[in-house]
Amino acid sequence: MKFLRPLINGIWKENPILVLMIGLCPTLAVSTAAINGIYMGLAATFVLAGSNLIISLIRKWVPDQVRIPIFITIIAAFVTVVDMVMHAYVPEMYKILGIFIPLIVVNCIILGRAEAFAYQNGPIESLGDGIGMGIGFTLILLILGSIRELLGNGTIFGFQIMPVTYKPVLLMILPPGAFLTIGFLQALQRYRGGKE
Amino acid sequence: MFSHLLLLFIGALLVNNILLIRFIALCAFFGVSNSMSTSIGMGMAVTFVMVLTSSVTWILWNFVLVPLHLEYLQISVFILTIAALVQFVELFLKKNSPSLYRAMGIYLPLITTNCAILAVAFIHVSSNFNFIETIVYTIGVSGGYTLAIVMFAGIRERLASAPVPRAFQGYPLAFITASLMSLAFLGFKGLFGL
Repeated sequence: MKFLRPLINGIWKENPILVLMIGLCPTLAVSTAAINGIYMGLAATFVLAGSNLIISLIRKWVPDQVRIPIFITIIAAFVTVVDMVMHAYVPEMYKILGIFIPLIVVNCIILGRAEAFAYQNGPIESLGDGIGMGIGFTLILLILGSIRELLGNGTIFGFQIMPVTYKPVLLMILPPGAFLTIGFLQALQRYRGGKE
Repeated sequence: MFSHLLLLFIGALLVNNILLIRFIALCAFFGVSNSMSTSIGMGMAVTFVMVLTSSVTWILWNFVLVPLHLEYLQISVFILTIAALVQFVELFLKKNSPSLYRAMGIYLPLITTNCAILAVAFIHVSSNFNFIETIVYTIGVSGGYTLAIVMFAGIRERLASAPVPRAFQGYPLAFITASLMSLAFLGFKGLFGL
């Protein structure tokens, strides 16, 4: 329960993207295809879970005034690991995600959770929170990526979904499509929330 | 030489606008763009910090990390440099401009995690810019940032009093506005053959 509650909370009730409105940059930039979303999400989940765990373990020894630099150093170490691993094992994906892999270090979700959750809670809850937030982030990336890929290219994960006669709406893959999709997704979530 | 720098500047300012085309630094873009005055303040803070950090990171990269073969420390070193410099700017503002400091709220500490600042550091390294190019590019990027955020705040101030469907109030409408602005900036593509 201690582990599960923050995990579920992160996935749904406090979804980082739709509800908390943080971590937007990679969400919008890499969601041109569903598969990019999965890789980006996994990379961020690993960093989130790892840094949340370490920060909550050392939180009692961290002086308040210098906590932010300490958090950032820990996060940077995890990001360096992800950066190197992805460069070595999935070089094509590394090229597509490009600058957004090293930029995980400044993803507001990660520092935000370190500050708002891991710094105040025990290691088990923090790990749960990290994984939950990571999954919530990955899910939104996946949904956004699928919608944009479907409308902009007629495919999902590279498989043809739309009939061949479908004329792709190129706009959806271009930058404006990202803003448009997330705006409508958010409105939809609010509309449904308002009904209940 | 001059025209090369000019193209670099225009490219960073309009064609590859950091907010609307490259999707970097969006959290603060949506967070502080409620009013013109905070956006202008944010734009100025980002410009100042960005020029400062990109010159420092350029020097660090070319004179410390590369000669010592410590390239793999890039992420850690850059982010710590930026964090230290931002802390300095924060202390400075707190002492000299409390009203601006209050207006920024939680976003001033978060300027450390403003991706734009770190992104510019990575970009000037990966593009092998020399020092002058780095400065010109940084001014272009931060100018583009300020331009986009101030324009966006102007639109949002008007929208605040407009009748919109309840589900679209606030952020959803802001995203759609950003989408239209992004579409407009896409029109700069091809300007001067960039």
